[in-house]
Amino acid sequence: MKRTIIPLGPFHPLLEEAEFFELTVEGEKVVDIDLHVGYVHRGIEKLSETKTFDQVPFLVERICGICSTSHPLAYVQAVEDLAGIKVPERALYIRTIVAELERVHSHLLWVGLAGHFIGYDTLFNWVWKYREPVLDVFENLCGNRNHYGMMKVGGVRRDFSKDDFPFVHQVMDQTIAATEMLTGAVMDDPVLHARTKGVGVLTKEDAIGYATLGPVVRASGIPDDIRTDDPYAAYDRVDWKVVTYEGGDVFAKAAVRLLELVESAKIVKTCMDRLPDGPIATEVRSIPAGEGIGHAEAPRGEVFHYVRSNGKNTPERHKIRAPSYVNIPSFKATCIGEDIADAALISAAVDPCYCCAERMAVVASNGDRLGKGDDLVRMSREKSRRLKDELGQRTPLDKLGDSLKG
Amino acid sequence: MGLLKWALKKSIWVYHVALSPCNNCDIEVLDVLTPRHDVERFGIKLVGSPRHADALLVSGVVNRHVLPRFVELYHQTAKPCVVLAIGSCALSTTIFEPGYNTMGPLDKILKEIDPNAIIAYVPGCPPKPEAIILGAVKALSAL
Amino acid sequence: MNLSKAVSLNELRRTYGDRIDKCEEVSANRAYVYLSPAVLPKVARFLHKEHNGRLATVTGVDTRDGIELLYHFLHPQEHLFITLKTRLDKPSPEIESLASLFPAAIWIERELYDLLGVTFTGHPDLRRLVLPDSWPEGVHPLRRDFKGLSES
Repeated sequence: MKRTIIPLGPFHPLLEEAEFFELTVEGEKVVDIDLHVGYVHRGIEKLSETKTFDQVPFLVERICGICSTSHPLAYVQAVEDLAGIKVPERALYIRTIVAELERVHSHLLWVGLAGHFIGYDTLFNWVWKYREPVLDVFENLCGNRNHYGMMKVGGVRRDFSKDDFPFVHQVMDQTIAATEMLTGAVMDDPVLHARTKGVGVLTKEDAIGYATLGPVVRASGIPDDIRTDDPYAAYDRVDWKVVTYEGGDVFAKAAVRLLELVESAKIVKTCMDRLPDGPIATEVRSIPAGEGIGHAEAPRGEVFHYVRSNGKNTPERHKIRAPSYVNIPSFKATCIGEDIADAALISAAVDPCYCCAERMAVVASNGDRLGKGDDLVRMSREKSRRLKDELGQRTPLDKLGDSLKG
Repeated sequence: MGLLKWALKKSIWVYHVALSPCNNCDIEVLDVLTPRHDVERFGIKLVGSPRHADALLVSGVVNRHVLPRFVELYHQTAKPCVVLAIGSCALSTTIFEPGYNTMGPLDKILKEIDPNAIIAYVPGCPPKPEAIILGAVKALSAL
Repeated sequence: MNLSKAVSLNELRRTYGDRIDKCEEVSANRAYVYLSPAVLPKVARFLHKEHNGRLATVTGVDTRDGIELLYHFLHPQEHLFITLKTRLDKPSPEIESLASLFPAAIWIERELYDLLGVTFTGHPDLRRLVLPDSWPEGVHPLRRDFKGLSES
């Protein structure tokens, strides 16, 4: 059968036609995938060596806009590990609140985009509408909708006021209600099932072999979660559960994110109720020589930072490893053998933060270009349309979409 | 030229160019499409090709890898066009200035390939959706 | 968690005791084990296969005495990071690849090759990963002597 190369473009159809990765197809099936990176490489590890320890959080926050608090959190924990700094209780709870709010907004973002890829645009708009109040919460509590600048070595930079909490509770309750409604529709929708069940399966063996992280590994039934594997902030002080799902397919990955989203909103509420009084930071005069490891469970998985100090006021070496860097290579295991119309969805299911991992580039091995990323998203949406026509009736997600329009 | 400017002012088609961003600006650009801001009611529409664009929404720092691709993209874009530099990274090299992969501020690079380039600046990290809309509207009225 | 109860670390010491140069228990959940480059891949295999260690990443540091590599293994059930440390001689730092053990090592090693110039013998696809195509060969930005590219 004739082999053709299709460069798979951006994960988001509205972004620039950057070259991401190259799919080799035979007929309608993907037979190989080649991944290239390098577009967003900004040399942050080396840059970190030119910043003082307290400037670095602002630098690493800008590694990725969506998980922008996870990187500073992992970094400050690495320095605290290095220097044996104890963080006050109030700061630990505040860190937890910010980190979980981030998970809420990030997973909502993903659900919206996934909806768009499948063809449910009303849902994309609706979910992002529910995301806005979460960003308002960030603005109220931290001062900015994104890039909150909350983390510092020894604690947090800004205190929270109890006066803001009723609004936060209200937004979390709203989010939980909306997500539960959506999850109900998702679990029952036959078109969604047809598009996502058994699609892009990551087996337990591959999940371990590729050392995948976050919702990707938990959707393969493995309960890896840094919040329990190496507890930090206030996660060991509040009751919550690690969400896993069996199957390893796109459906499982969606289910994990939807269920986690609700769990995170609950953690935020609990932490607000239990927020202890006290200082928000330990004073830190200097960082001694030594090395430390800090990691955090970002919405996409483990963010890992290693910091080495030689006693000066800048890091001697700062190693950063983002979760998408580890998750994206697992496409080799999940995309090969699948329909080309499912490729966009399978890749989106990993929730690649390509600026974390650096964007992918395409290298056409024989120069043939059959289409762009937009075409792949279009193919995905058309497949849904065909399935809906075959079904001949409004699905639960359609009905939910109708009820939201009205 | 008067008719062309009038035609451009009616509605503006924008093409989003992400150089090496952290994606926060990109997400805020997407936000302007969602119900709260709903920029399409101003006639601002995102298109899938630079050839149809009146404006380029650029985010991220120019780095060694994207530079030649950006230059090619700019040449492909129909003229006249406005380059809207969104966010601190597009305005200047900001914290990435000493980076070994950073090539320099966008406007300096752009003026070297097209001295008549029209550039609008929307500062922020990231700029709020309201700022992005204001930037687009101001750029429109400046044409 | 008290490290004396850490099965993975105790088993490591028992199995490889005489080939470990040094073992530092820095805190309740951080241990650093110093090994030669010849022994490290065997210990890595041991931690992954026998004790479910997940390789979080490998840090490379250019030091006065050579290129230091740190393999960070997380042992979730024991809430413990065991970091294996080794040193490779310049100018041609080389160590056996772990790619045959798990695919996760493939990109990790390519990045170290790209940014630090370390060669991983037996790697199935050792080529540039993050630097642009136009970046000159043999120039590794994380080396101490890298002072930027001249634009001439």
